Amino acid sequence: MPRITVNVDGTTYTDEVQPRTLLVQYLREQLGKVGTVVGCDTSNCGACTVHMDGHSVKSCSVLAVQADGHEITTIEGLARDGQLHPMQQSFHDNHALQCGFCTPGMIMQALDLLAENPEPDEQQVREGLEGNLCRCTGYQNIVRAVRDASERMRPGAGPPMEHSEPTSPPRTATEQDRAQVTGGQHS
Amino acid sequence: MTAIPTTPGTEPELGRARKRKEDARLITGSTRWTDNMALPGMLHLAVLRSPIAHARIASIDADEARRMSGVQAVLTGRDLADEQGSLPCAWPITEDMKSPQAPPMAVDEVHFAGEVVAVVAARSAAEARDALDAIDVDYEDLPVVLDMESALADDSPLVHSDLGTNRNATWTFDSAEAGTGGDVEQALADAEVRVERTFRQQRLIPAFMEPRSVVVDPTGEQFTMWSATQVPHILRTMLAMTLGVPEQKIRVIAPDVGGGFGGKLQVTPEEVITFLLARRLGRPVKWTESRSETMVSAHHGRDQVQKLALSARRDGTVTGLKVELLADMGAYLRLVSPGVPILGALMFNSIYKFPAYHFTCTNVFTNKTPTDAYRGAGRPEATFAIERMMDELAAELDMDPLELRRKNWIGRDEFPFTTIAGLTYDSGDYEAATDRALELFGYRQLREEQARRREQGDTVQLGIGVSTFTEMCGLAPSRVLGSLSYGAGGWEHAQIRVLPTGKVEVVTGVSPHGQGHVTAWSQIVAERLGVPFDDVEVLHGDTQSSPRGLDTYGSRSLAVGGVAAVHAADKVIEKAKTIAAHLLECSEDDLEFSGGRFGVRGTDQGTGLADVALAAFAAHDLPEGIEPNLDAEASFDPENFSFPHGTHLCATEVDTETGAVRIRSYVCVDDVGTVVNPLIVEGQVHGGLAQGIAQALYEEAVHDEDGTLTTATFADYLVPSAADLPEFTTDRTETRATSNPLGVKGVGEAGTIASTPAVVNAVVDALRPLGVDDVEMPCSPQRVWRAITGTRTSSDTAAEAGGGLGSMDTGGGFAAGSQGGSR
Ligand code: FES
Ligand code: FES
Repeated sequence: MPRITVNVDGTTYTDEVQPRTLLVQYLREQLGKVGTVVGCDTSNCGACTVHMDGHSVKSCSVLAVQADGHEITTIEGLARDGQLHPMQQSFHDNHALQCGFCTPGMIMQALDLLAENPEPDEQQVREGLEGNLCRCTGYQNIVRAVRDASERMRPGAGPPMEHSEPTSPPRTATEQDRAQVTGGQHS
Repeated sequence: MTAIPTTPGTEPELGRARKRKEDARLITGSTRWTDNMALPGMLHLAVLRSPIAHARIASIDADEARRMSGVQAVLTGRDLADEQGSLPCAWPITEDMKSPQAPPMAVDEVHFAGEVVAVVAARSAAEARDALDAIDVDYEDLPVVLDMESALADDSPLVHSDLGTNRNATWTFDSAEAGTGGDVEQALADAEVRVERTFRQQRLIPAFMEPRSVVVDPTGEQFTMWSATQVPHILRTMLAMTLGVPEQKIRVIAPDVGGGFGGKLQVTPEEVITFLLARRLGRPVKWTESRSETMVSAHHGRDQVQKLALSARRDGTVTGLKVELLADMGAYLRLVSPGVPILGALMFNSIYKFPAYHFTCTNVFTNKTPTDAYRGAGRPEATFAIERMMDELAAELDMDPLELRRKNWIGRDEFPFTTIAGLTYDSGDYEAATDRALELFGYRQLREEQARRREQGDTVQLGIGVSTFTEMCGLAPSRVLGSLSYGAGGWEHAQIRVLPTGKVEVVTGVSPHGQGHVTAWSQIVAERLGVPFDDVEVLHGDTQSSPRGLDTYGSRSLAVGGVAAVHAADKVIEKAKTIAAHLLECSEDDLEFSGGRFGVRGTDQGTGLADVALAAFAAHDLPEGIEPNLDAEASFDPENFSFPHGTHLCATEVDTETGAVRIRSYVCVDDVGTVVNPLIVEGQVHGGLAQGIAQALYEEAVHDEDGTLTTATFADYLVPSAADLPEFTTDRTETRATSNPLGVKGVGEAGTIASTPAVVNAVVDALRPLGVDDVEMPCSPQRVWRAITGTRTSSDTAAEAGGGLGSMDTGGGFAAGSQGGSR
């Protein structure tokens, strides 16, 4: 069996995995990272969305072996020192979830969306979330939450969204995301 | 009603937009979905399903599968035949209803594609799935029955040959016979104007986001089942009755449940099979379905053909309504399948004063996935049909559709009003909701723009759709359920425990799966007992901690379960009052309870609920015969349904060249009675709208001519994404329900029920000058385009049983091919 080394939410794991094991199965079944969920088997729902090196991926369409040497952030790795990430806070404040099953994927995708476009208008948010289905909310409050988060995450407005190096100086979310998009600063 | 105590100077809990307690875990991934469970020694179950809609099982060869790595057991229906029982149907709507045997796993014959034929239990889910591929099933094809109308023909093949018919039951209501009104045939014969239409309610898939999952642990004194269910209490009782297991030996837990919408109101084959496997193997067993399994095997919704005739006078006054339905049960009767259309039977007359009404529904078996409750269950069908008919009548009379409705609806000063269907609507104000909606919508301006565009012959036409709906919810008065032959009551239960430290636990019998009950119940009890919101914990969804309840569906939780919590709180106050009077050495009559405190009238003396709770706990000095706690429980059985209503207005832009429909604006004003938490209410409305609009424009479960579901993934079954839906404008008017002390009516289904006809009416309204008087749902670009070009007339639509986006008609009347949309 192939051997992989993956950093997930700040912890490094070295494991043997079957070649066919999906990243989401590895997260849930081998690492116990059950905050990330599976909603479909055709890569349509987005419930499984996580970040790989700062970019959103549907973890049901990535093999665990493809994550070898990469850094994964899940919904469980967003809050820092008991502080919710601004995106999580916005989802709460705007009642952007009901059953909450789509929420982890929705939040991870929304972060990716803001990394690409820090100040999206309503339509841009809707289009940016097109690959993530929610059956409960009708999306209106999700759209509100993402736009609210974009306000909160303006440079200087909030704590860093993810960090790979605990020693790195605090950066704003958008700065960090821009850095991730351009491929900089991540090991 | 007694005044609700509030702490002076603080914002009242009732009506407050509290952010939800539930969110903290859900937004951080600290969740308890059933599939998250992992128990020591747990085996994984994989299910082999029939790919064929109707066949005899000639043989099953599982020898190779049994030898595969990690496989503990492979079982077929034959292996479980003696112990698996028949899945329950709790709603025998007529005495002569035909019920087929419904084994959880097929034994000799399969009746729909997706039915369970074998299961594998293995060490890992992957090994279990691998072994499925090694099972060889030999099927002998039988003729498939797919179309309801031909299913009823004398020479039709049969879904269940032993029943001798494909007719499940026929249920009738007639106002002349019931003594609630006149004779419809007479009304139709005397009509100055008659409108006749046939509508098709396409088959839908509830599509909750969390796939179903079950874990059964047989290693304790009780069998413990975790299931992604809406109905842990019903499930427990039904498992006991189906399998003959003593009820006290079963504990059912609904942990975090990711949506239901009626789709998890069920006792599923897989729940029973997982239970049996765990019992047989003596080890915990887990089954989690793939989405493709959900689509074919979890019950579907809607699927009716609705034939309506409406009579009226030239001035617009309606005089009679006749409704004839065919409802597709699919291959088996599930928990409430036959009763779903009956939930709509009393709602076709809606808010209008029809003097004569007749309803008949014939339920039909076909070789398709069973149907059952889906958000609204019967009432969206009724609302769609009547609201479409009212628009058609308005067009016929060249009247404004709202003017026509005003002319016929129950006036605000006419409540309580007993309808032609025999229900008593306790309260409502259709004028207020409509006036507010018109104002928010800009109705007059939009009509002017519409006229301009029509005049100019724009390729993109504007349509305005109206839906003034009501629904019966708060299911349900037990005596009414009894009169409808339902197998259980409709009460709900709550218990309140006041802990020695003054904190409060509320145990409720409803079982939330996204609705926010923990927050809302905390508000209700905090307000009633005058304790802080954060001091209230709400327990639910576990038959051990919450022993009594009838669970969550039919917009019942607040109007029945929430009211039970109010009654339990009032009992707590009564109990505490006796002890408080004793402690304060005064008469109970001298005490008044407010803001969590018992005060002696006319003095500054008093004691808080927490002190009384501690005194009760210590029990050192209690009055004679008083037990040492403040706990109380209450069951509430409503006297009547509640009747939320509202006015929904939709403006669509329809491209007459491409058939594309865009919702330009959507306004709804709902009256759901008193509101406990406006944030949650608004969220329920949004989600409901999304599902109702999805029926109007996007979703359809399509079967091919062999009975194979061709829309079996999210690539083919078009659950709308954020980009497919508009921004909604929502508002509320408020008339209190008189049937419960909170004045609440329920909100879970309103958006879904009201929105579908508003959207379709808007589509048809845009195209009416082109001679279009109906567009079949979902109003895909192709359907709209065909309606415009007159490729097919609307009255032909009933016999056609399929076709989504991009589907093509075939000679047999069934659509072939799959929906063309994809993501
Ligand atoms: S689980 Fe649906 S996209 Fe990954
Ligand atoms: S909150 Fe339930 S699916 Fe989105």
